[in-house]
Amino acid sequence: MGTSVERPPELAQLQVIVSSTQSDSHTWNLVFLELLIEELGHRVVNLGSCVPDDVLVAECLRQRPDLVVISTVNGHGWIDGKRVVRRLRERPELTDTYIVIGGKLGITERSDRRTTDTLLAAGFDAVFSDGADIDSFQSYLRSLPIATAS
Amino acid sequence: MTIGRQRAHPSPASPARPEPGSFGAFVNAAQQAGDLVVQPRMGVADPARMRAGLVATKRAAATTVGTITVDSFTRLGDHAEARRALAKGVELNGYPIVTHGPDVTRAMLDGVAGADFPVQVRHGSSQPEDIFRTLLRSGLSATEGGPVSYCLPYSRSPLRESVDSWARCVQWFASLEDLGVTPHLETFGGCLLGQLCPPSLLIATSVLEAMFLRQHGLRSISLSYAQQTNAAQDEEALMVLRRIATEVLRDIDWHVVVYTYMGMYPRSPAGSALLLAEAAKLAVRTGSARLIVKTVAEAYRIPTIAENVTALEWAAKAALDEESIAAGTTPDTGIYAEARALIDTVLELDPDIGRALVIAFASGLLDVPFCLHPDNRGEARSYVDTDGWLRWSLVGAMPIEHIAQPSGREHSSSADLLASLSYVARKFGQAAVAGPLSRQPPTAP
Repeated sequence: MGTSVERPPELAQLQVIVSSTQSDSHTWNLVFLELLIEELGHRVVNLGSCVPDDVLVAECLRQRPDLVVISTVNGHGWIDGKRVVRRLRERPELTDTYIVIGGKLGITERSDRRTTDTLLAAGFDAVFSDGADIDSFQSYLRSLPIATAS
Repeated sequence: MTIGRQRAHPSPASPARPEPGSFGAFVNAAQQAGDLVVQPRMGVADPARMRAGLVATKRAAATTVGTITVDSFTRLGDHAEARRALAKGVELNGYPIVTHGPDVTRAMLDGVAGADFPVQVRHGSSQPEDIFRTLLRSGLSATEGGPVSYCLPYSRSPLRESVDSWARCVQWFASLEDLGVTPHLETFGGCLLGQLCPPSLLIATSVLEAMFLRQHGLRSISLSYAQQTNAAQDEEALMVLRRIATEVLRDIDWHVVVYTYMGMYPRSPAGSALLLAEAAKLAVRTGSARLIVKTVAEAYRIPTIAENVTALEWAAKAALDEESIAAGTTPDTGIYAEARALIDTVLELDPDIGRALVIAFASGLLDVPFCLHPDNRGEARSYVDTDGWLRWSLVGAMPIEHIAQPSGREHSSSADLLASLSYVARKFGQAAVAGPLSRQPPTAP
């Protein structure tokens, strides 16, 4: 990694939606991610906590983001995430949108491979489970193709 | 004084006494006996395991009350998802009280809950009609929440709808009085977002919600306050909370409940034990009657029953050799003036406290820092200063600018925010290495 030359902002700026899941009320993870992603030069719309599936789908169709970041720490992420990503992928407009999820995805300590595989199979492009750190998320953001000027 | 006059209205000097056997009466009796009541957060989907958790809480070597924490699907009224999870044997993050229904819950509580062991339902719902209906039919008479504290941090429902819902539910709940039971409700207003909300706003919300509950007929209430980043500041805040409650809640039964730090938790067992002990001592010093504990496991996951019992016993032990301080002896840094300004401003908006709260948030007279709810103005910001004091950086339209003297730092980076959020975890992680408790970490019984 390291600090490479900054990308020209007009090319680099991704439109990002940050959201929690339908059942998750936690906020600090979302506030933190909003700041972090903005500091990397992108534009963020933060939908906040307890976002119903319908609202997330509608907002994605309205805003057509390049990237959707779902952050959840209440342990229901693998249930809520699996359901909502299928809803998102059903829409032809969103088949190419990057959609990732991260946080405490299950209620047990075991970060289980199966949870990650299930979520990837359901339609996520990347899964950052409890053990993942901020660096890996930042690296992922930097790795995204940026020729998506909307 | 004539007997008739006493019976007609409780005089200010003699607050309503809750019925023997109620949650409020149990906590009052413990406090009079000099015991801090300790309480876990606990909720599992399976009724047999929920019962086992309550039994273990009851048997712990401490003065305890029980908790049923409701899962987050039920909290949001998504009973279909809760039912699917139960049918498939999928573990939930709490007890789906509506899906189980009153018969299952009555049987689960039979022989466990009672006058010697009251049980409180904790749920976090902004539209709690189903939960209230079920808990009333399950024979339960203690719960938690409030129209603001269960709406802004926990839902996207409009605040106005939450206020209407809560007014309705509180009126149902208050009608338990007709059956000779004193219902007890705890406001969650002192815990907004768990962290980084300066004390004056926590106190104001706690008190305003308590007044809302009283306006809708409740006579036994507790006021919450969550441990923040600095013990001296928390001590002042809790003394202020009790002072204002004494001033404005003269005719009802009330006590103060302290929440062990709700933010990012120290990852070392010694650090988290130290933080919990500090919360217990804080509660005793400030004359608070009850403490919600946290466990060593909290940094990683939902704690087990055994871990909860260990935490309850550890907190009770830490409370033992602490003494309460006298009112008026803590330094005054302005928390009272700020809280009073917020409360008085809101009360002047409308005689109906629910309506006053809606107007207050719409106009930014109350504004929770970092809260993303659509009905929160979102102009206030806060930070932890170098001494660990939680301070305002921006107060938005709240009427406290002249008292709070906010720093005016508008932008905080993700690193600044993380530093504030992890301040306690770092402080107690380090303290535990050097502190006396590191030689005697809590051990399982």
